[in-house]
Amino acid sequence: MEEDTRDRPIPSGTAASTPAAQNGCSRQLTDDEVDRYSRQMIVPGMGKEGQLRLINSRVLIIGAGGLGCPAAQYIAGAGIGTVGIVDGDVVETSNLHRQVGHATSRIGMKKVESLITHLRGLNPLPSYIPYPTHLTPQNAAEIISQYDLIMDCTDNPATRYLISDMCVLLGKPLVSAASIQKSGQLIVLNCPPTPQGLVDGNYAPCYRCCFRKPPPPSSMVSCGEAGIMGPVVGMMGVAQAGEAIKILASALHIPPRPLADDDATPERNLRQPTLLIYTYDLESAVGPYSFRALRMGGRRRNCFACGEGSTLTLEGVQAGSPNYEQFCSMPTSRASLPQEERITAAAYHAAKERGELSEHILLDTREKEHFSFGSIEGAVNVPFGKVLMKAAAIMRDGGSGRDILPVEAGDRDAPIFVVCRTGLDSQETVEKLKELGLDDGGKRKIVDIAGGMRAWKQDVDPSFPFI
Amino acid sequence: MADASESATIPITVDFSGGLEMLFDNKRRHSISLPATDVGGKPANIAFLIDHLCRNLMKDPRAELFVFDGHIRPGILVLVNDADWELEGEEAYEIQPRDNILFVSTLHGG
Repeated sequence: MEEDTRDRPIPSGTAASTPAAQNGCSRQLTDDEVDRYSRQMIVPGMGKEGQLRLINSRVLIIGAGGLGCPAAQYIAGAGIGTVGIVDGDVVETSNLHRQVGHATSRIGMKKVESLITHLRGLNPLPSYIPYPTHLTPQNAAEIISQYDLIMDCTDNPATRYLISDMCVLLGKPLVSAASIQKSGQLIVLNCPPTPQGLVDGNYAPCYRCCFRKPPPPSSMVSCGEAGIMGPVVGMMGVAQAGEAIKILASALHIPPRPLADDDATPERNLRQPTLLIYTYDLESAVGPYSFRALRMGGRRRNCFACGEGSTLTLEGVQAGSPNYEQFCSMPTSRASLPQEERITAAAYHAAKERGELSEHILLDTREKEHFSFGSIEGAVNVPFGKVLMKAAAIMRDGGSGRDILPVEAGDRDAPIFVVCRTGLDSQETVEKLKELGLDDGGKRKIVDIAGGMRAWKQDVDPSFPFI
Repeated sequence: MADASESATIPITVDFSGGLEMLFDNKRRHSISLPATDVGGKPANIAFLIDHLCRNLMKDPRAELFVFDGHIRPGILVLVNDADWELEGEEAYEIQPRDNILFVSTLHGG
């Protein structure tokens, strides 16, 4: 299989047919290159040919965070000739446990500049191209069209669908990964790229073929809320670089013969790609199900982007169709309480200072890990999931609504104030407590602290450790 | 006869990943005995399994994080013996003894 692909000259008129890719394979490696890349060149299947292909390749890394940093290190180290990096954010202290291409001394710097500083130290030979901006439907085509392979290292579904659609329209292979808390996922898509609309045959899927619809926003949490273990996202970023290097060195993104009949081509796991999932468990050692390799389907006939009769176009995307933000933000049923059941963090604090709230229960519904870092004086912690679970059990099996509250607060009749991280869970909690009759038919006040601990930090106590 | 069909069950394992285990007692792997047929006597398929899980296994009341309009919610992949369920017939796939059904939430962070 390797023989097949390695010794084949890169055909023209394909995704990798940049001038450099056509010309480069005949040149010799410099002494510095031989020295630097020798350990990977002697790996069977790689060789000088593979190395030259890497040197003549252009890779775009979108996102310079927990995936992008480790991915970029190996992409740069392996000698990919041109490395573009897209990210509009700046380096923050809370990034550094996982975003290992940045540094404490570069906090506040644009992430692309910071990462490129690090990569130049690692390997000065590649050309590094910074794009200190977020990818948008307006700039995506111009940036992505310059590269041979795209790595999706972003952190939100709207950008993920945008990247995939552009890769379909521009014929680019896509290496996609994602990670949050203790889980990671990795998949190679649109490789080799096939013209949009071709469906009679076995073709590689795009992101939309595998992940037809985004999850509702209410079910999604960010790394800021759910947390993220550095080695988990790091592992996925490194694996992404591994896939990209393999694709480019072995020219897996180039069909052996353009649109050849599929039976003649060796199985390369591309047309029905594998979704790798990694599950990390803080309570046990690595086990038989820590890694799973899942077999996904090929291109879907009715895929919105790459399927039959697709109406997706570059011009349309640029003009705002489809609307990625809207597609990824279906309406939610999150509560919005009337004004009389809410109080601002500042007003709560002022009333408390004036002694007007001497007798009340302050219920904090954040996760216990968040609560452990600090809370408003006197707060009791019942995580939101617990609130819902207990409420459901009471509705089902009977019992007193007071059982939801911690014992020390359960038998008091004082007003209840509810606070959470950003002010959504607390509103739902207020509604739940009323449903369970804890408001005593309206006689007892149950009030939401609007904006949660985020508002508390912003308006009351700037030193509060909001995480 | 009715007794026999009511008591017939299929032993399977059901796995949850990507955060969904949170809805199922924080356990990632459940060995369950699934009734071999639904109330109408049709062989148990994935749609029936999903309903069964919601009624019997889910500890968290937030069912909308798992099902939506009577179907699996967008953003959850279903895998039958490690293959995407679309390769197996999706909801209509008839469950076989010792099948492994994996529900995994798609991730977006990075």
